[in-house]
Amino acid sequence: MSVPKLTIKDLHVAIEGKEILKGVNLEVKGGEIHAIMGPNGTGKSTLASALMGHPKYEVTSGSVTIDNEDLLEMEVDERARAGLFLAMQYPSEISGVTNSDFLRSALNAKRGEGNEISLMKFIRQLDKKMELLEMDESFATRYLNEGFSGGEKKRNEILQLMMLQPRIAILDEIDSGLDIDALKVVAKGVNSMRDPEFGCLIITHYQRLLNYIKPDYVHVFMQGRIVKSGGPELAERLEAEGYDWVKEELGIEDEAANPSV
Amino acid sequence: MSVETPYQFDRQVITQLSQGLQEPDWLLNSRLEALELISKLPLPKVQQTNIQGWNFTNFKPYSEEKAIQLHELPENVKSYLFDEDNGNILVQKNSNVVFTKLQDEWAQKGVIFKDLSKASQEHGDLVQQYFMTQMKKDDHRLAAIHATLWSGGVFLYVPKNVEVSVPFQSLFWATGENVGVLPHILIVAEENSRIEFVANYLGENQVTLNNSVIEVFVGQNAQVRVATINNLSESAVDVTYRHAHVGRDGKMEWIIGDLSEGRIISDNSSKLQDQGGIATVKAVALGVGKMRANITSNMDHWGTYTESDIQVRSVMKDEASSILNSITTIEKGASKADGQQSGKVLMLNPKARGDANPILLIDENDVTAGHAASVGRIDPIQLYYLMSRGVTKEEAEKLIIFGFLDAVISEIPSESLRKNIIRVIEGKFQS
Repeated sequence: MSVPKLTIKDLHVAIEGKEILKGVNLEVKGGEIHAIMGPNGTGKSTLASALMGHPKYEVTSGSVTIDNEDLLEMEVDERARAGLFLAMQYPSEISGVTNSDFLRSALNAKRGEGNEISLMKFIRQLDKKMELLEMDESFATRYLNEGFSGGEKKRNEILQLMMLQPRIAILDEIDSGLDIDALKVVAKGVNSMRDPEFGCLIITHYQRLLNYIKPDYVHVFMQGRIVKSGGPELAERLEAEGYDWVKEELGIEDEAANPSV
Repeated sequence: MSVETPYQFDRQVITQLSQGLQEPDWLLNSRLEALELISKLPLPKVQQTNIQGWNFTNFKPYSEEKAIQLHELPENVKSYLFDEDNGNILVQKNSNVVFTKLQDEWAQKGVIFKDLSKASQEHGDLVQQYFMTQMKKDDHRLAAIHATLWSGGVFLYVPKNVEVSVPFQSLFWATGENVGVLPHILIVAEENSRIEFVANYLGENQVTLNNSVIEVFVGQNAQVRVATINNLSESAVDVTYRHAHVGRDGKMEWIIGDLSEGRIISDNSSKLQDQGGIATVKAVALGVGKMRANITSNMDHWGTYTESDIQVRSVMKDEASSILNSITTIEKGASKADGQQSGKVLMLNPKARGDANPILLIDENDVTAGHAASVGRIDPIQLYYLMSRGVTKEEAEKLIIFGFLDAVISEIPSESLRKNIIRVIEGKFQS
């Protein structure tokens, strides 16, 4: 298989007529882990949702391709089957649908008709991955995210990631609300995915997560675009000194004057 | 007198019909009394649904059918039956019962399972004691029409202490133009007995009317489960009145699948007469096309320590509409009673409609009761979430719909029945 590649060019996105993303450029390839950091309300999560095709977000200009296919032309499910995955900040709760039934439907949707995974093989895989994520086996039969704590939902997102084996994954604030032990477990799950055929984009406020998942590239997000890129050392400096020096360097006046999603 | 329809049913026709079936005099008289009532009585009061224009009277009152074997049934009809070799099965085609089988084991224990017409000849006193005592012929016009023209039907009698491990299955198959089916099901479960009964109502080819009644008598400490699946085509008016009288520490379970596509009145009433009685309703409805349904559940608590629970889920597609009424009444003196209910409607299309009306009428202080009701559409964010994992929109909708129905469907104890309901629902999504 070829090396996966997600290419974002000059992406502009609006929500209810208000422009949030103002020209995002980024390329994520297989084997790479990218981190996007930035203050609250600068559009990081908007980028994640727009790439997945959230119904509320409208792409006004720019292009996104996955493996040279036009991502923006695809429906949400087609994007997933093309190899994109988004671990969501606020996953939906679906009553009456068990975790394992849903995972099997999703897995089979990707594998296609006539190539469905056998039940035994599915259960073996699921057991193995739940064990790695230190999830109680009861999660398999519980309804999808219903009544899950914040931390349980995050683990469940990572479980889906590991089961579905996407080519490109976006993790949207997967660390928020996690205690240090849970954070380590989630990181262990993501690290187990590292592979030349897997590219990952991590969106986070905090450098903390990056202690456990070492990024190859770090990008600073402000005012709806990437304003600075570097290596892992950039994350460390942001953690130590905050964002003010970046603003100063780039002549950004007041990020808070542009509150948004 | 006669009823003004292209199909005349007057005293002479009714008398011929009853005598042709060799019914006892009391039954003929009951029919003739009911006939007099038809034009005098109003239609039933059905909340939020205008039934004035529905066709309750224009149908062939009687069409004779010959006995058949199960293998002669069309595949789509036969598919409702399960465990055909070991089951207790009764099939009615249009006006006549055309097949009956009761396993010897149960017959030897005194179980009666037969055509109600026949039972009225062979067990006249027993039938007369219970017949039309819960649903009364003067309740309203539809009751009077039923009491005048009912045919076929079932008499199921289970003696004291007999527990029947195999479900009784019945199939009411209406086929042909302007056909009406009016079966009456009478179930008597004596003290400490235990039974499960399934009724499937099927109608195809311009069938006009199902006007059926089920009366159940649950004896002391007896347990009765009755499941009904109605699946008539869009041409039909589908009326089913279900009544249960629950004795001390008895238990009545209703499982109801309203899957017809025309006009539906689906009514169930349980009277918890004595201490410790329990009644539950688990109902699912699926509406397609221009289906109109009024689904009403009544729980009436008279005894102390009685319990009831109503769970109704309705999924409306296309331009279908359903009204869910849940009415729990706790009478003065029924202390320590507990009445719970939940009615929910999920609408799939902009033109689909639904309403859920929870009603608690409580005349006693020392009770517990609760209700939940909701009417909503598929949440686009839920759909987005499921689709983001690669499942198609259709599959995601199906997951959400079956998830919505799961609270009721997963509680259906019989696997065969559960599969039947799921199969019929899935079939309606493919069309």
